[in-house]
Amino acid sequence: MTNLLLDLDTSMINWARAQFALTAIYHWLFVPLTLGLAVIMGIMETCYYRTGKEFWKDTAKFWQRLFGVNFAMGIATGIILEFEFGTNWSNYSWLVGDVFGAPLAIEGIVAFFMESTFVAVMFFGWNKVSKGFHLASTWLTGLGATISAWWILVANSWMQYPVGQEFNPDTVRNEMTSFADVALSPVAIDKFVHTAISTWVVGAVFCVGVCCWYLLKRRHVEFAKASMKIGAIVGLTASLLAAISGDHSAYTVGQTQPMKLAAMEALYNGGTDQSLTVISAVNPFKQPDYENEEEAPFRIAVPYALSFLATHDLHGFVPGVNDIINGYTKDDGTVEMSLKEKIERGQKAIIALQQFREAKKKGDSAAMDAARSVMAENMKYFGYGYVKESEQIVPYIPVCFYAFRVMVGGGCLFILLFALILFFLYKKDITKPKWLHWLALACIPIAYIVSESGWLVAEFGRQPWTIQDMLPTWVGVSDLQTESVMITFFLFLILFTTMLAVEISILCKQIKKGPEGEK
Amino acid sequence: MEKQGFWQNVWHLYYDGFRNMTIGKTLWTVILIKLFIIFVVLKLFFFPNFISHHSKKGEEAEFVSTEITSRQ
Repeated sequence: MTNLLLDLDTSMINWARAQFALTAIYHWLFVPLTLGLAVIMGIMETCYYRTGKEFWKDTAKFWQRLFGVNFAMGIATGIILEFEFGTNWSNYSWLVGDVFGAPLAIEGIVAFFMESTFVAVMFFGWNKVSKGFHLASTWLTGLGATISAWWILVANSWMQYPVGQEFNPDTVRNEMTSFADVALSPVAIDKFVHTAISTWVVGAVFCVGVCCWYLLKRRHVEFAKASMKIGAIVGLTASLLAAISGDHSAYTVGQTQPMKLAAMEALYNGGTDQSLTVISAVNPFKQPDYENEEEAPFRIAVPYALSFLATHDLHGFVPGVNDIINGYTKDDGTVEMSLKEKIERGQKAIIALQQFREAKKKGDSAAMDAARSVMAENMKYFGYGYVKESEQIVPYIPVCFYAFRVMVGGGCLFILLFALILFFLYKKDITKPKWLHWLALACIPIAYIVSESGWLVAEFGRQPWTIQDMLPTWVGVSDLQTESVMITFFLFLILFTTMLAVEISILCKQIKKGPEGEK
Repeated sequence: MEKQGFWQNVWHLYYDGFRNMTIGKTLWTVILIKLFIIFVVLKLFFFPNFISHHSKKGEEAEFVSTEITSRQ
């Protein structure tokens, strides 16, 4: 049998990864604003429902228009990811098909029925349905989109923390054994809560930024001030909640994906009483020499903070990259195997799968049972059987390290921004400080960068695994020609960039028209 | 009678909604072009199902097991 790995062009793997990253990054440009604006426009329409003032109706309609533009542009951009699964990641797609089927089917049904029904009532139903029903439709549109996101994040979380499934060597598939374990795993809950809240921050930054543009232009001042109040209150609340949920996410990462945490922290050699790096001069263009360096250079750190973040104990043990490669003992006394041992276990599982398939062809049920038994013992480490060098299991540290700091730093900036906006709204005159208006405007693109950084931390940090510990990228990928993946990469680049340009253009036109633009 | 009234209302909601669209017309044009590109051009010509193109129906598991065990 030809060794397919040798035949595979490794740059094809990188093109397939780049294409997936490109598609996900563009898709994620549309999603946060949809989810974030849904909350803000829902609150505005609630104000209209409670007060009956036309001012609030116009305000809610304006933000719904911007929501509609973004919603329309984002439709079906995520479906391309599923195309890529079937073509570029066919082995992965086959292996996860039974686990992914349920969440993605629910997502599709919810998205289609809930969103399409209530979006129609929201946009077409003014003066046609009762105020209460319209308000419910507006909230349900946002809820439908949020529930959609939940199922996608459940699928993503399962890749990071595969639970509730069993590998069936007959079908060569992971089959779901517990829907609850998959849907309610701690990683899924943390990921959903942190992601959903972060989208409210993006929506709030967008709202406040647009309002500040009106203040700079001295247009629609009362509308801008009223919208800003809601935007800033939502934004400040969401930013603080994002900090809390982020802290819990970091704890969960520490427990379930220690290599990701080590990469986020550029922690080469772990231990107890670990300090949290605020900033350090990690070379952004080169994987650090973690085997020989004691720690990242010029490191400024908060004592004990990493131990507390990762273990909720100031003196807790946090493994570094080298500890994970060499094996370590956890605080509770359990021993985490070395990479070498995991590789041996993984190789046993792969050989057992080969033996099972051979035995199946011959109809040798005793040999099948024996192979099945070996697989059951070692399947957890299946993916390690493909690892040749320790460097293969270490994610690219500079991206994880800096993306994490951009995410956290951006979150702190937004807390400050919203606090300042509220201070000027309630204690001073918000129409006067131009520097604040410009800052809020500048924060719109920053919010997107911060949001995408969060995605980078989550996805770069779990490399090389498409399914944590079970399937590395170079096994999940299809044996395709590089050229075909390159062509679709550039097709997507053109398609998405055009769509983004169209969206920005339409959004800017609608913002220039203002809240009375529809009249 | 009440049921008929409900469906008539639904029809008018959509009919009037689409007829009176302003920005919505532009958005629908963009959506339709995008869906055409995604589902007709990209899916049909660039994103075939790799496994079904390389294995017979019912032999997909064998194909995938060969793929993944031979990459060790």
